[in-house]
Amino acid sequence: MKMLRGLLIPALALLLSGCDAVLLSPSGDIARQQRDLIVISVVLMLIVIIPVIYMIVAFAWKYRESNKAAHAEYDPDWNHSTVLELLIWSAPLLIIIALGAITWTSTHKLDPYRPVEQISQGRAVVPGSKPLVVEVVALDWKWLFLYPEQGIATVNEMAAPVDRPIEFHITASSVMNAFFVPSLAGMIYAMPGMETKLNAVMNKPGDFEGISANYSGAGFSDMHFRFHSLSDADFDAWVAKARASGGQLGREDYLKLEQPSEKEPVRYYGTVAPGLYNAILNRCVEANRMCMSDMMALDAQGGQGVVGAYNVTSLDAATRARVGLADAGKRYVGALCVASGAGGQRLTPAGRPL
Amino acid sequence: MNMPDLAKLIFGRLTLEAIPYHEPILIGTFVAVAIGGLALLALITKHKLWGYLWREWFTSIDHKKIGIMYVVLGIVMLLRGFSDALLMRAQQAVAFNGNPGFLPPHHYDQIFTAHGVIMIFFVAMPLVTGLMNYVVPLQIGARDVAFPFLNNFSFWMTVAGSMLVMASLFVGEFARTGWLAYPPLSGLAQSPDVGVDYYIWSLQVAGVGTTLSGINLIATIVKMRAPGMSMMKMPIFTWTSLCTNVLIVAAFPVLTAVLVLLSLDRYVGTNFFTNDFGGNAMMYVNLIWIWGHPEVYILVLPVFGVFSEVTSTFSRKRLFGYASMVYATVVITVLSYLVWLHHFFTMGSGASVNSFFGITTMIISIPTGAKIFNWLFTMYRGRIKFDVPMLWTVGFMVTFVIGGMTGVMLAVPPADFLLHNSLFLIAHFHNVIIGGVIFGLFAGINYWFPKAFGYRLDEFWGKCCFWFWLVGFWVAFMPLYVLGFMGVTRRMNHFEDPSLQIWFQIAAFGAFLIALGIGSFLIQLWVSYKRRDELRDVTGDPWHGRTLEWSTSSPPPAYNFAFTPVIHDTDAWWDMKERNAGRRVDGYLPIHMPKNTGAGIILAGFAFVFGFAMIWHMFLVAGLTFAALLVTAIGHTFNYKRDYHIPADVVARTEAARTEELAAHV
Amino acid sequence: MSDMHATPSAAIAEQDVEFWMSKDHHPANGTLLGFWIYLMSDCLIFACLFATYGVLGRNYAGGPSGADLFDLPLVALNTTMLLLSSITYGFAVLEMQKNRRGTMMAWLIVTGLFGAAFLGIEMFEFAHLIHEGAGPQRSAFLSSFFTLVGTHGLHVTFGIVWLITLLFQVGRFGLTPANKRRIMCLSMFWHFLDVVWVGVFTFVYLMGVLP
Repeated sequence: MKMLRGLLIPALALLLSGCDAVLLSPSGDIARQQRDLIVISVVLMLIVIIPVIYMIVAFAWKYRESNKAAHAEYDPDWNHSTVLELLIWSAPLLIIIALGAITWTSTHKLDPYRPVEQISQGRAVVPGSKPLVVEVVALDWKWLFLYPEQGIATVNEMAAPVDRPIEFHITASSVMNAFFVPSLAGMIYAMPGMETKLNAVMNKPGDFEGISANYSGAGFSDMHFRFHSLSDADFDAWVAKARASGGQLGREDYLKLEQPSEKEPVRYYGTVAPGLYNAILNRCVEANRMCMSDMMALDAQGGQGVVGAYNVTSLDAATRARVGLADAGKRYVGALCVASGAGGQRLTPAGRPL
Repeated sequence: MNMPDLAKLIFGRLTLEAIPYHEPILIGTFVAVAIGGLALLALITKHKLWGYLWREWFTSIDHKKIGIMYVVLGIVMLLRGFSDALLMRAQQAVAFNGNPGFLPPHHYDQIFTAHGVIMIFFVAMPLVTGLMNYVVPLQIGARDVAFPFLNNFSFWMTVAGSMLVMASLFVGEFARTGWLAYPPLSGLAQSPDVGVDYYIWSLQVAGVGTTLSGINLIATIVKMRAPGMSMMKMPIFTWTSLCTNVLIVAAFPVLTAVLVLLSLDRYVGTNFFTNDFGGNAMMYVNLIWIWGHPEVYILVLPVFGVFSEVTSTFSRKRLFGYASMVYATVVITVLSYLVWLHHFFTMGSGASVNSFFGITTMIISIPTGAKIFNWLFTMYRGRIKFDVPMLWTVGFMVTFVIGGMTGVMLAVPPADFLLHNSLFLIAHFHNVIIGGVIFGLFAGINYWFPKAFGYRLDEFWGKCCFWFWLVGFWVAFMPLYVLGFMGVTRRMNHFEDPSLQIWFQIAAFGAFLIALGIGSFLIQLWVSYKRRDELRDVTGDPWHGRTLEWSTSSPPPAYNFAFTPVIHDTDAWWDMKERNAGRRVDGYLPIHMPKNTGAGIILAGFAFVFGFAMIWHMFLVAGLTFAALLVTAIGHTFNYKRDYHIPADVVARTEAARTEELAAHV
Repeated sequence: MSDMHATPSAAIAEQDVEFWMSKDHHPANGTLLGFWIYLMSDCLIFACLFATYGVLGRNYAGGPSGADLFDLPLVALNTTMLLLSSITYGFAVLEMQKNRRGTMMAWLIVTGLFGAAFLGIEMFEFAHLIHEGAGPQRSAFLSSFFTLVGTHGLHVTFGIVWLITLLFQVGRFGLTPANKRRIMCLSMFWHFLDVVWVGVFTFVYLMGVLP
């Protein structure tokens, strides 16, 4: 009985805390659907769990040695019953079939790569409308947001209009992080040299918390940001504020920003170097560094041959000094001058088409 | 050659700076450990126990003694791993409102990494291996394992690995990466210090021991069963041990390989998991979880076996559904290889891949559920004695189903997107590892202790231990489930939202209750030792057991069985008692036994030095110790006289003494 | 509910049923099984390295590829050395079964020489690659190539050390059952390495030079 109480009290507390548990009362439609799945799966499993816990306690109590009344039932050799065996394998099986079906459909429906189809329950996305694109870069240890449409960038703060679908493109500079706005949608990892995507929509205006949900080193605990969900007008004002800030995010500014730092204040950049996000994603912000996309294209052609072995370089001393990099500079594959073939197609120095 | 060069040649990157004398917590710990260690050494010397320990324990190839040493190692390391837990709970309970707490990230991050590594590799694994080592040969009617020397060597390699982790506390630092050390964070660029190297080498050294011990126990179970014991007549604990060891042999090489690749990245400059030159960190994440998920079942399957033995013994009933229990175990063994990706649904695999792994994960809950039902129906129509092992079992069943439920919640990928890496996840896996593995280990220790030492464990303190652990577990981890729903992620050093603090304080109180539980266990051991004459069991069968280990004396003689038993039934010993098989008291033969050897501990000692030297880049020392390792190993193969016979009259005398004891008891 | 009773619950003393063996019980020797299981665990290490090569083997990082680097005739010669060493090991085992110690040891020595030739050629190949700037640090492809092939080479090295040890042991203690068992274990090990090499040769070298 004590055990039962041990169970009930925390469960009750859990229910009571429902009001401030953000995952149970989210403000974004995706997070809401994910929350519903949590509830459905719990209810489905409780069909088995509750009788099992009841039986554990009931059997343990009834067949205790001191209960002489049950001694008549004692049967030391009873060890098999085909009906019971069928039941104990098939009951969980049925539940898992149901849950499996739900899993399959919901995983596809809530695939973070899939554009959102409804703004909220019963409100479909207007066909032809474009989502707001936000490019997210997890740095050591701060978040950089680039808004290609608006041409601005921010650090540790982002904003989006209420009820407008958002398409996040997510990458990282050095280690793995996870991009997570609990009220908006589930998390997705931010990984260097790779891009993940998240489609979501926020239904309520407000100021929400965003965090890194994957440990990434010393400054991890302070690596959070604010997510402002604003009306269209407020969003425009926010963009204008960022533009007016006068901050510039050029490639060298990025190389400075990229270096590890903790508890960074919010920053706004009114202008952003063209193609910066792509350069970050392809790890070629440095001018003399080969982009991963080019490298992969080259590799698909069979690499650059034996001479390519020596195409390893690092950032020049002058640039290093300008951006404040003290160390000798890490080594990477050098960028190539791209030649033009007779037909105007791009060629590698080895003469292979790129 | 000048002095600095010479120092670098010998000491590598080890300097006095590596001693963390500026960290008062570490220095305090070090002083305490040093004083305690010196006191222990002095005590051993004073009582002239060195020779005894060396002859009877350290060099012993007796599976029973090795099993006991594994359990001792596990308990000692539990104290270390749990101190880490207390530190973390305390830090998170106070680090609010701008208070940074008492552990800066540099220290705190080592603690949560060490906690995970120690609890899995150096607490749960030794305890599980110890139980298997002790019990399996007895349950199958064998006199030792298939490779007794290897068994001793495996144990000492595990010790060497754990010593490397302990060394990191006082010389240098441990990894600050989380217990699975994902690159790029664990790569040379992000973690240039010795922490990750300590991580790598302690796991590699201990991993050799684990793999060899897995091979050993498989060969033992397959080849050395007593006549008549077909596969489907094996005790259920032996079955789960067999499956566990198959998992060990099939999973640990993957860990070895992936750690080799990580060390090549760190030592040679290769590009397996780096960000540049074509490396791919996802490869590491996949490989480590291909080991990591089966590892969970390596821990939990043997304790499923313990619960099966305990339930049927204390319900005084045959186990319900033996065959379905066996099939469930085998199904879990196979399925445990098909679910690894559920540890990283959130890394951007497609929906079809995620659903596949989500559904395979859910399918595992079917055989697991069947097991729970089987224990339930074993209790049904039984006559249950609530001794301490049975208390743990009932506590486990109630706790574990909740852990199973939260596990299936996490297996639904879209739900996992919300709960992944949160404290909900932490609560879930502690729910199954404490509620499953740790409860099972305590059940097993209480159950088999009288077999190993000849007296039962004190009941009062055993019950204290159980209730503190059970209540402590719920108080410590229910708040973490709640915090998970509040969107709080794991491995945080400090917090800003003051409304969270109360939950962390409750959790810290729960950890304190668990500390009382561990304290009760230590007191239980001490009190039982003091009261050993009252608690003495001369029958060798204090619980009215069902399997063969209860047919011998407690503790069993070196040779386990004077006569090899012949098996006619799954519950062989129960069957013998039912049919009045009696003891055989004449016609003794000399018994062929393996001889003790010091090679295992010496080799493991070299392995420790080798690992330490590699960590600190003392390549000269590393080369020399590796050569020494090789020469010793080869030298050992020139020793052909590895066995001896216990003469028949010695066996006769031992058995006669037991006959007398049994007669006096009746 | 169909209940079933496995044994009659009433105790029956059966005099003709044996519960304790009167003879000495010799369980079968588990060494070969144990060694076989070890080989399977080793096989898994190679499986991981093959998988790593499978994933990273085309990531040249803008450097040279297998087609640029591999010298197939040399590798074919190398493969021949190893295959021949397996055959000569087979001869050694045949001699062992006939209890002819001298010829067995001769065949073992030949095996070891072939193994050493294999290692020599492999080291020449590695040195050549590193000299060309195509060391294991240059790209993930080269990292996984050197590690897979190098791990195999390391195994062969230990095989040769073991073989030399066995030669001493057979020379000193003769073809005892224990030594025969060891020769059989090394035989499994040696043939296992051969099989792994066939995989390396096919997947790394032959498929590596395909365009």
